[in-house]
Formats: sequence, structure tokens, C-alpha cells
Amino acid sequence: MSKDFPVTSVRHAAFEEVARLLQPFRRHETPITRDTDITADLDLDSLAVMNLLMQVEEKFDISIPLNLIPEIRTVGDLVQVIEQLTEGA
Amino acid sequence: MALFDRFAPLMHAHDAIKAAGTDPFGVRMDRVLSPTEAIIKGRRTLLAGTNNYLGLTFDPGCIAAARSAMESFGTGTTGSSIANGSYGGHRALERALAEFYGRAHGMVFSTGYQANLGIISTVAGPKDYLIIDADCHASIYDACKLSSATIIRSRHNDPADLDRRLQRLADQPGNKVIVTEGIYSMLGDQAPIAEIAEVKRRHGAYLVVDEAHSLGVLGETGRGLAQAAGVEADVDFVVGTFSKSLGAVGGFCVSDNPDFEVLRIVCRPYMFTASLPPSVIASVRAALETVATRPDLRHRLWRNIGTLYDALERRGFLLGPQKGPVVGIRLPSPEMAIHAWQALLDAGVYVNLALPPATPSGEPLLRCSVCAAHTTEQLRHMVDVLTDVAYDTGLLEAPARAAAG
Repeated sequence: MSKDFPVTSVRHAAFEEVARLLQPFRRHETPITRDTDITADLDLDSLAVMNLLMQVEEKFDISIPLNLIPEIRTVGDLVQVIEQLTEGA
Repeated sequence: MALFDRFAPLMHAHDAIKAAGTDPFGVRMDRVLSPTEAIIKGRRTLLAGTNNYLGLTFDPGCIAAARSAMESFGTGTTGSSIANGSYGGHRALERALAEFYGRAHGMVFSTGYQANLGIISTVAGPKDYLIIDADCHASIYDACKLSSATIIRSRHNDPADLDRRLQRLADQPGNKVIVTEGIYSMLGDQAPIAEIAEVKRRHGAYLVVDEAHSLGVLGETGRGLAQAAGVEADVDFVVGTFSKSLGAVGGFCVSDNPDFEVLRIVCRPYMFTASLPPSVIASVRAALETVATRPDLRHRLWRNIGTLYDALERRGFLLGPQKGPVVGIRLPSPEMAIHAWQALLDAGVYVNLALPPATPSGEPLLRCSVCAAHTTEQLRHMVDVLTDVAYDTGLLEAPARAAAG
């Protein structure tokens, strides 16, 4: 998929998609930005995070190694991982 | 900041659970009367939350073998399997396991946890991939942490998802090792092992199957799920435990891999721990012999599984998808699960309480286990007590109220 996809649109698509998937977990009306901390600023427990990652993996046709998860703290971190993995595909 | 401040939310949650009565994670059995009964809080209690599937913990042959070994070889080995901790019995058990599985090699670990930790962390190296089922046991997740491989998590029991993940790795040079379990410990569901084996073959991957809950339970001679499904040739490493159907403690791996013996000098959870006491080795050897020669125990277990599962289903309980020695009752909320668990114990029935995140899909469970030694009367009694508790807690609607409504 990503081979025909310009990097900028992957980046934009990644952020949009992650933000969309995180909508149900928003606290109050706080908007989701790249700086949103996935577990501290949103109502996700560890199980919900794993389910979210599965959805992201399906959407972008990637596998996010568990080894990378300790480095994913913010929405921006996750978007960056998606970018790396789609570029490498 | 105190040392364990980061566990504060967990400690608060545990305190709330304890406030309901007995701590479900701190149950003490004062006496064990048989594989199916114990004294808990001064009360004779039916045990339906163990892993004692064949009821061999009090088998006279296993006890006699353990006693004799302890008298001849002492209480413990005080050393590693690669130093002073391998006695004749240890090697004989490894040969017996290899023979039972029809494999060239066998290796015994001090626990089932260490067997998974050791094998899974060692079979895949820094350039390799471990692809594990999402619902795998904590020992498999911990093995991944110990491993230097890239870890990929595949959707539970979903061969198509596994296939897609292997396809994404098709151009990567490293070895791919798939890890699955035979029977999953919480809901009792089985892996679609024939489909997984087909995916494995097509991608040239390796396959590790943890038969912890299926050894002695599934397959024509009790080898587990791969035997039952006729795909043993596709399984490169079988891992298992002695702490379930074999009634003791310890773990093992069997394989036909020609270089298997190298594991003895590279697998750290095997090397840097004391080997099993001779009494445990002896009771496990006797138990394995019993599994091989007494298929009637397995048949009795399956009759009991049918009795319990069918009766609970008829009463309206929401169960795991498949019949097996683990029967998971699904509950809508942790509060109801804790309350029901407590009421069951007060009524003299012990089951396991399983709360998220240690359960699949975040559902709280009353995990019931079936034993070949359960009598039909015990199982009927258990269903009646469970039903009463379900009416009292509102899990099931009592028939009178249903009729009135």
C-alpha cells in the first residue's frame, strides 16, 4: 500500500486515523493532538491500548512489534512508528 | 516517593476486593482431603478451581514413587541440571517424555513457567521473529521480554491474521517462530492448530505449542491438541508442564530438532536454577506412565466435562466457546464476579476468580476446572450452588421471577 503513497499523506492519514480511533477515549472535550499522552490523558487501560494497536495494524497493514511499545507514549510517537513501518514496507 | 507508589491503583483495587470478605488471591487451604476436596476456613470445600485434571495428586503409585525417591536420593538436588543437579531419574524422565511424544529429545525444567521462558526466549535470536497469540500465558509474554527477537502479537485464534503477519515478514531474512497454546487457560478454548500448521508450512516458519492444559486431556494417547488434530509433524517444539494433569510441578520441552541438545548450555532458565527434587521427578514419571496406560482417566474426565458444561449451559450461564477441562463462566462486571466468587466459597465451592487484565477481552470470569475424580454428585451439587448464587447476584434471572414477568 505505502509504496504508492507519498510520505506526507501517510503521515497525515496516520494522525487522522489514530485521532479517529481515540475519539471514544477522550476525557471531556479536550482535543487529541500529537502531544496527547495515550494512557495519561485518555481513558485507556493496557488492554484497550493493545486493542487500539491491533486496529492500527489492520488499517495500515503493518505489525507493530511489542518491542517498540515502551517507546510509544504520545499520539505523535504512535504516528511516527506507523510512518516508519509503512515507509519500510 | 515510596518504592511501590507506582502500584497504588492496584493496591486500592485489591483493598476494595478484600473488603468484600476473603481475599480471592490469598485463599489458604488448611487441609487437602483428596483431589476434589479441601478444608478452607474450617469448611469442607469442593475443589473446582485447580488444574488437577486427572486427579493424580493423591495417586498411590505417584506417592509411593515420590516417597521412595526421597528416601533414596534426599529432599533436593541443591544444584543446576548442568552441574550437580542431574540424577538418573532426571535423565530417565527426559527419555520417558521423548518416548511418550515419539521425539528424539527431551528436556526437563524446574517449572512450566521456566520451560516457556527458556525455550521461547532461546529459539529466536536477535534477527528472528516471535509471533505469539494475543491470549498467550504470562510466561510466554515474559519469555518475549527475555528474548532478543522482534515480538509480534497475532489476533487470538485467527489463522488469517497470522497469515497476514507472516506475509508482511516474507522479505525479512530472519527465522519466524509461531507460538500458540493447545488449550487456553482462562476460557478453555482450543487453538485452530490444523489451520495454524498450514500457515506455518506455507511460510516456512517454526511452531512452538504449549500443551500445558492439553497434555493428558486431548489426543488418542494424551499428547495434547496437536495429536488430536493430527498435525504433530508440524510442531517443532512441544512445551508442557507437570503441574496440571501430572499433579506435581515442573516443565518440559520435547523436539526432533537435531541441535536440540545445545539448549542445555545456552538456555538460561534451564541452567541458572536448581533442578527438580528427586521426589517430584519420581512422581511425574509415575504420573506419565499412568497417563499412557490409563486412558479411562481421560474418558472419565471428558464425561465429567460434558456433565458440567451441558448442565451450566442449560441453566443459562454464558460459557467459553468450547468444551474442555477449563470451563470459564463469563460475568458482566468485576463487582458481580467478586461477589459471586465469595458466595460460592461461603457455600463450600472453590473456583478461580479471574479479573481483567488477566482475562481475554477484559471480561471477568469464574474459572471452573473439571477433574476425572469429580463424582457426578459433586458436579450436580456444584451446578446447583452456582445457580443459586447466580440468582442471588442477578447474573441469572430466577425462574419464579421470569414467570411472573
